[in-house]
Amino acid sequence: MKHIELEQQGAVGRSPPRKDGADKVTGRARYLDDLNFPGQLWGRTVRSHVAHGRIREIVWDAAFDWTDVVRVTAADIPGENVVHLIEDDQPMLAADVVRHREEPIALLACADREKLEEALAHVRVEIEELEPVLDPLRSTVVFKSYRIEQAPQGLAQAFADARVIEGTYRVGHQEQMYIEPQAVAAIPREDGGITIYGSMQCPFYVHRALQRLLRLDDSQVAVIQVVTGGGFGGKEDYPSVISGHAALLARKARRPVKMIYKREEDVAATTKRHPAVMKYRTAVEADGTLVALEAEIVMDGGAYVTLSPVVASRGVLHAGGAYRWRHARIDCRVVQTHTPPNGAFRGFGVPQTMFAIESHMERVAVALGIDPLELRRKNALQIGDELPTGQKLTSSVSAREVLDVVAARSDYARKRKEYGRSVGEKRRGIGISLAFHGAGFTGTGEVKLKPRAGVELTDRGARVLSVSTDIGQGTITVFSQMAADALGLALDDVEVAENDTSKMPDSGPTVASRTTMVVGGTITRAAAAMARILQGYVAQVHDVPAAEVSCAGGIFSARGRALAPFAAIAKRYLQERGSLRIIENYRHPPEIRFDDATYRGDAYPCYGWAATAVEVEVDLDTYEISLLDVSTATDVGRAIHPVLAEGQVEGGTVQALGYALLEEHVWDQRGRLLNTRMQNYVIPTALDVPRMHTTLLENPYPSGPYGAKGLGELPMDGPAPAVVGAVLHATGKLIPEIPLSPDRVMRAVLS
Amino acid sequence: MIPVTSARSLSEAYAILHQRPRGLRVLAGGTDLMVAVNARAGLDRIGHVLDIWKVPELRGISGAGGSLRIGALTTYTELMRSREIATHLPALALVSREVGAWAIQNRGTIGGNVCNASPAGDTLPLLLAAEATFLLGGPRGERTVAAHEFFVGYRKTALGADELLLRVDIPLIEKSHLVYRKVGTRKAQSISRTIVAVRKLAPRDVRIAAGCVAPIPLRCRNAEKAVAAGGDVRAALEQDITPIDDVRATAVYRSRVTGNVLLRLLG
Ligand SMILES: Cc1cc2nc3c(=O)[nH]c(=O)nc-3n(C[C@H](O)[C@H](O)[C@H](O)COP(=O)(O)OP(=O)(O)OC[C@H]3O[C@@H](n4cnc5c(N)ncnc54)[C@H](O)[C@@H]3O)c2cc1C
Repeated sequence: MKHIELEQQGAVGRSPPRKDGADKVTGRARYLDDLNFPGQLWGRTVRSHVAHGRIREIVWDAAFDWTDVVRVTAADIPGENVVHLIEDDQPMLAADVVRHREEPIALLACADREKLEEALAHVRVEIEELEPVLDPLRSTVVFKSYRIEQAPQGLAQAFADARVIEGTYRVGHQEQMYIEPQAVAAIPREDGGITIYGSMQCPFYVHRALQRLLRLDDSQVAVIQVVTGGGFGGKEDYPSVISGHAALLARKARRPVKMIYKREEDVAATTKRHPAVMKYRTAVEADGTLVALEAEIVMDGGAYVTLSPVVASRGVLHAGGAYRWRHARIDCRVVQTHTPPNGAFRGFGVPQTMFAIESHMERVAVALGIDPLELRRKNALQIGDELPTGQKLTSSVSAREVLDVVAARSDYARKRKEYGRSVGEKRRGIGISLAFHGAGFTGTGEVKLKPRAGVELTDRGARVLSVSTDIGQGTITVFSQMAADALGLALDDVEVAENDTSKMPDSGPTVASRTTMVVGGTITRAAAAMARILQGYVAQVHDVPAAEVSCAGGIFSARGRALAPFAAIAKRYLQERGSLRIIENYRHPPEIRFDDATYRGDAYPCYGWAATAVEVEVDLDTYEISLLDVSTATDVGRAIHPVLAEGQVEGGTVQALGYALLEEHVWDQRGRLLNTRMQNYVIPTALDVPRMHTTLLENPYPSGPYGAKGLGELPMDGPAPAVVGAVLHATGKLIPEIPLSPDRVMRAVLS
Repeated sequence: MIPVTSARSLSEAYAILHQRPRGLRVLAGGTDLMVAVNARAGLDRIGHVLDIWKVPELRGISGAGGSLRIGALTTYTELMRSREIATHLPALALVSREVGAWAIQNRGTIGGNVCNASPAGDTLPLLLAAEATFLLGGPRGERTVAAHEFFVGYRKTALGADELLLRVDIPLIEKSHLVYRKVGTRKAQSISRTIVAVRKLAPRDVRIAAGCVAPIPLRCRNAEKAVAAGGDVRAALEQDITPIDDVRATAVYRSRVTGNVLLRLLG
């Protein structure tokens, strides 16, 4: 860890207990399942049993007693039958055509959960089956395509002059597998509006989707995030679907309706990480200098557009890896298949392309006979280098540094030599990868969104105002730390307001590694503005020059003399002036400019950097891979809360190791997902977590709060290709497709 | 609502079995049955549940009289902690450690593993290789069935509708040695991809059994013969097993790895 000064006063850089920690470990925290509403019904979804087809009829069994069951179909939708997001192509309830298995067609609600289950068994949907397209390479429906070019006129010559190395890399679906499945409750209101309580990342997505669906004005909708048991991107857009469903039922029933998915339903029906097929072609000089890159990336968007354009965009923007290329042409298209829409998942397109480029680097290293670490060091981006978009890196670049730290920490050089000689049925290997991840929204995203956040004065301190959700990553604690320091308050005197769209400023969705950096920065500025106002007020009250007033540890003072506790000033201010609420707009660094039309410019204001070294043992009897040791070095700009930051790195690394080794969805020929349970969709358990050595580096981002830059997604990007490198080292086989299941390892080893 | 009767003794349990209520299902630890109930799989075929968890006669392990006697309700945790098991059949304690995770080990029973008769039941290849016998009992009396005759089809057993599994008996054979290897999907909460057990009586006298490579947990007699004859064990094993593709592994993988593991266990 690059050091956090010990003499410092404030909360930032320390690791106080999480504000939500005690409630969570003692069971006091109330998740949606714990909340009950007078007169509530339970909701269930009637889903498509085919991947593609034309709905003929919904048959309600006449022999069944439907009296206390509320039934909703597309015909009951008062507004537009869409799940409002980017393209609005996804219906809230399929009315004529179904485009994936488990697509919602009708809804049921009943007070008695047993009867509800029975009712579900008495609905039949007759669907004329159409041929599904399941292979993205055969899809002709392109949701969105991108091309990024850097000095393309020189491409042909570069490929003619240098060594050409090609490879194709594949990744499949990955399931977010948050602990708490999708869950919401909808409460109908007197004014015809609706209130939603739910487990979610992006309350305003839900808010706007409900307005469109129910034809409501802004004031008729309130969306309140309750304690949320994980999201990982899976609760970015899907909560709009389940909230829409609960709301439709609640409006028809005129009673509250609660919907909580069963695990199998959640896995089968909701979004996952986009599968991708990525063809890379590179021109490389004999000494290992990377010259030119051509890549063609195809992502599987699933049945509807949802977030695919932005996922693909982020993927393509990182496709060149953390390296310098003189020439590049990167093409990407995201296409339709008749599978559930793929959506957001930690990393958002980058784990896919980073897997491709980093695995490709392994191929290059083998082809040239260069050590893969050396190859990476040699080409790693540095200050002054340009990305394929033409973005010139001017600050906070740590590509080489993270590589060096991880190499030292993992004892890479020695192990590389020793393991290369292993024989017998157990083979060891060590692999390394380099990754980077743009922080905040892509391109002009933040500028268009105009996020707002702030603080308000309370009678003991301050309250943070935003809709940025704590989904387990620690937002509540981190925001409090930042506001506390800006105001000179003790951490306990800062609270975070309930996340309610009818009361809070729209700070944007909790995605894109933007919460600490973008929203936290805005909150910090608002808190600083509040501090200035209060300093002026104290100056007036105590008749001292405002410039000399400061606040630390909750005490206002001037010239070293204590004047008054913050709480006393706050009470007096509130009595005299009623309230103090400061909402700031996010301020985008003006020099950061991006052209959405040409994909040239600064796609992200800054990048996080990470290197991962993975040590494996491959069993040639069973083709199983055991993880022996994992080291990471991660540049986070500034660790606001080092323990939480390390937690992000370690948790993300484990999730990425699951992606690398275990997690694989199996579909049948007709687009049905066969493994929808935690028993057969295999994620790592605590016992599967190897020894981990986590190093945080702090290379500050000048425009970030306290120097912080985005962190949440970065740890997901690098581990998978590091495993590929380690297995290559152990077995001599480069396996260009994850997960590295024993089956796949067997085929490679026996080939 | 499904009626549940909790028996406090074997005779109480037999009284229910004697009545033969429609759709009777026995509940031991529930770690298989409740998963099925939760998934509503075959729920409509369950008419009455007989809970035997508190039947004292079905508990306990003893190592007297040339055989190891393990009560049907013995949990994995008990197998792991038992001195008798540690002395006479340590492999059974080791495999228990690889079943599910703590919660499952505390609740899941050897009898449930046997009666559930999944081809992936982890103790079953060990019991087959150890030539265990199962003591069954009911209102009509008791009988003994050899392990290799108990598993009659995919998740079908020789157990009668009015019978319980009372005990698992394993003959103790001097100087014999039971070894196994489970190849699972991860380090805990892992269903096997394949599992192989070998009981070595003499260098060429072995008993071999495998799981996840046939509709039933399988005694591999061709492989045993090949070992005895000094023949091609891998080829003989191919004659025994009929693996399939499923979400956990391909048939090709299962057959290759079962062979690799068997050869390694044979040493
Ligand atoms: C999370 C999880 C992980 C698991 N991991 C493993 C694993 O790694 N390896 C493995 O092999 N299994 C595993 N299992 C399956 C299960 O735990 C075992 O098969 C266990 O031994 C079942 O025992 P039980 O007492 O819980 O059986 P129950 O669920 O009570 O019963 C299972 C079946 O046997 C019948 N039955 C039970 N006892 C008797 C009896 N004495 N007489 C007649 N019929 C009887 C029941 O009627 C039922 O049909 C796992 C299960 C879960 C939920």
